[in-house]
Formats: sequence, structure tokens, C-alpha cells
Amino acid sequence: MKKIILLFALALSAFLAQAQTGTTLKAGDTAPDFKLKNVDNKEVSFGSFPNAKGYIVVFTCNTCPYAVGYEQRIIDLDKKFKSQGYPVIAINPNDPEASTADTFNKMQDLAKEKKYPFPYLFDAGQKITDEYGAKRTPHIFIVSKTAKGNVVEYVGAIDNDPEGTKTEKVKYAEDVIASLKSGQKPAVTQTKEIGCTVKRKAKA
Amino acid sequence: MKIKSFLYVFLFGVFSISAYSQNVKLLNINQLNERIKNGKDSTYVVNFWATWCAPCIKELPHFEKLSAEHKSEKLAVLLVSLDFKSKLSSNVVPFVKRKKLKNEVFLLNESSPQEFIDRIDPSWSGSIPATLFIKDDKRKFVESEFTYEQLLTEYKKL
Repeated sequence: MKKIILLFALALSAFLAQAQTGTTLKAGDTAPDFKLKNVDNKEVSFGSFPNAKGYIVVFTCNTCPYAVGYEQRIIDLDKKFKSQGYPVIAINPNDPEASTADTFNKMQDLAKEKKYPFPYLFDAGQKITDEYGAKRTPHIFIVSKTAKGNVVEYVGAIDNDPEGTKTEKVKYAEDVIASLKSGQKPAVTQTKEIGCTVKRKAKA
Repeated sequence: MKIKSFLYVFLFGVFSISAYSQNVKLLNINQLNERIKNGKDSTYVVNFWATWCAPCIKELPHFEKLSAEHKSEKLAVLLVSLDFKSKLSSNVVPFVKRKKLKNEVFLLNESSPQEFIDRIDPSWSGSIPATLFIKDDKRKFVESEFTYEQLLTEYKKL
């Protein structure tokens, strides 16, 4: 009997370990709601934007050079699309012990310094990071609000130009929102890009 | 005489710079596959890193140690940098020189991450560090950083 319980416990822990580094959501999946602490100490969820038609959820951080490279483009996305019903919601997926420059205080400093026009949320315990299966920074999830709930429409990169040097770039995120606004499904629903790993505490 | 010694210093400088530049070759996925297919080793550990990636820099010594401690085995460690191509001579070459890296270092010469990420491994989200292990027909891809013990375990498991 003891053996069976032990086996069951092992199977369960293996299952939990699997769930912890969950698979990345894709277009068509339900976008899980959250309630996370913003840099202004208020909690933010999808419901904080009652008039939104959708959301640009960006997993990004203080430290990753790719995230830093995209910072202004994330600010610009919010400036352009919040008024059109698609606000940016930024979430820092990094564990503050594993990445000491990504603590809540340092997030507050950066948001203030760069005058973030969007919420920048702290994901305690990396729970929402794992529910979305965010794997890197920056990693974006574009979500639309439908009669059936919040649905993921696009997962991947903001554009195809991390270095910011291309004259003709493909602006994936903007193209997705343009499609959604005209009542169509986006042509591209998934892209891949290089980025930094989500920082986690070392496993015991 | 002064001119002559200046010339020597100058030539020496030119040669040492070109020698170091040769240490980091551009390489696309086809060339990487060729390198592995035609190489005389049987095990390949291909680490994807960049000079801007702190956890990558932290684990690079483990890859140096792995090849140094298994010299008698048919192992090749290839360090493939994902730095921008424009940073080759300004960042990557000086970094390789400063750290005195002994493993072969390349800079990935691909422009479309949509293609090359999946060609390395479909499970890869694109975050680094990431490491591909190849032994004969077996491939294993790991998208996370390693301690030396973890790296050694993966290598021994092959």
C-alpha cells in the first residue's frame, strides 16, 4: 500500500513539474485572467479595462537586452492602440531572487523613469507566466474579448527586427490588431524570435 | 630602422587581428549540419549563446571544461553565438579573445528566426541559453542553463 502511495506521489509530482513549465498557449486557446500587482500597488486584471476589445499582453522585464531593445516599441504599441481598444498589459515573468534587477522596486523605478503608459505587473510565484507558458522576454500574447470569453489570437514577437535596423520590417503585432479590428482572424498567429529565458530559482 | 620596426608592429597587428577574426566564423544552419555530418567526432554539443546573455556567459566555462576533461573522447563542443552579425568584430571577437575560449566559436548567419529556430528544434521557443546534443542519430535539445554537473549528466546520458 505504501508503495502505491509513493508511486502516486511520484506521478503527481512529475505531473506538477510538467505543469509548472507549461506549454505555451496558442491561437484559439482561452486567455486566463489574472489579478496582479501593478507598479502603482493597485491590482490589475482584464476587467481593469472595461471598454477594451482586446489586450496586448507582453511578458517583458527590466534586464534582458532584447526586452530593452523593444521597450520603446512596447510603449508605442500602447500609445497607438490603447485608444483603439487594445491596451498593453506588461507582466514581468522573472523570479526576483533569480534576477535581482527584476525586483518589484526596480520595476517601479524603471516604469517611473521611462514613464510607462501601461501597467507593469509583478507575477508573484510566476503563476501567470506558467499559465500562459511564456518562455522568454519579450514574449507577446494578443488577446481578443469575445462573447465566449478572452481568446488568444497571436503568440510571438512584436516584429521581425529585434536589432531595430531594418528599413522594411514586418510588424506582426500591428498586423494582428489591424485584422482583429476589421473583424478578421490574423493571417499570422505564431512567430518565433530569440530572447532571454524566464529566470527561475535554481531547482533544489 | 624606426620605420622598419613600426612596419613589423603594424604587420603583426594586422595578422593577429585577422587570426582572431578567423576564430569566429559565420555559419548558417546548412553549414552547421555539414560540420556535424562530416566531422570526425561522434558526439556534438552545440551551445547557443550571445555576448549580451548573462546566463550564457555564466555557463560558457562549463562547456570549456566539458571538452577539456573529455579530450580523449570523440566530442566536439561548438559555441554558436546569436549576436547580431553587425556585432561580430565589435563584440564577439573581442569577447572570445578576452575569455580565451578554446572551443570552436561561430556566429549564426541566418536572417529568419521563423525558420532557423524550428530547424534546430521545433520545441525551441527561441530563448537562450539553449543546447543541442547530438550523438550519431540521437538528438536532444535543452532550453535552459546548466551547472557543470547538469551538463555532464546530459553528456553522459547520450
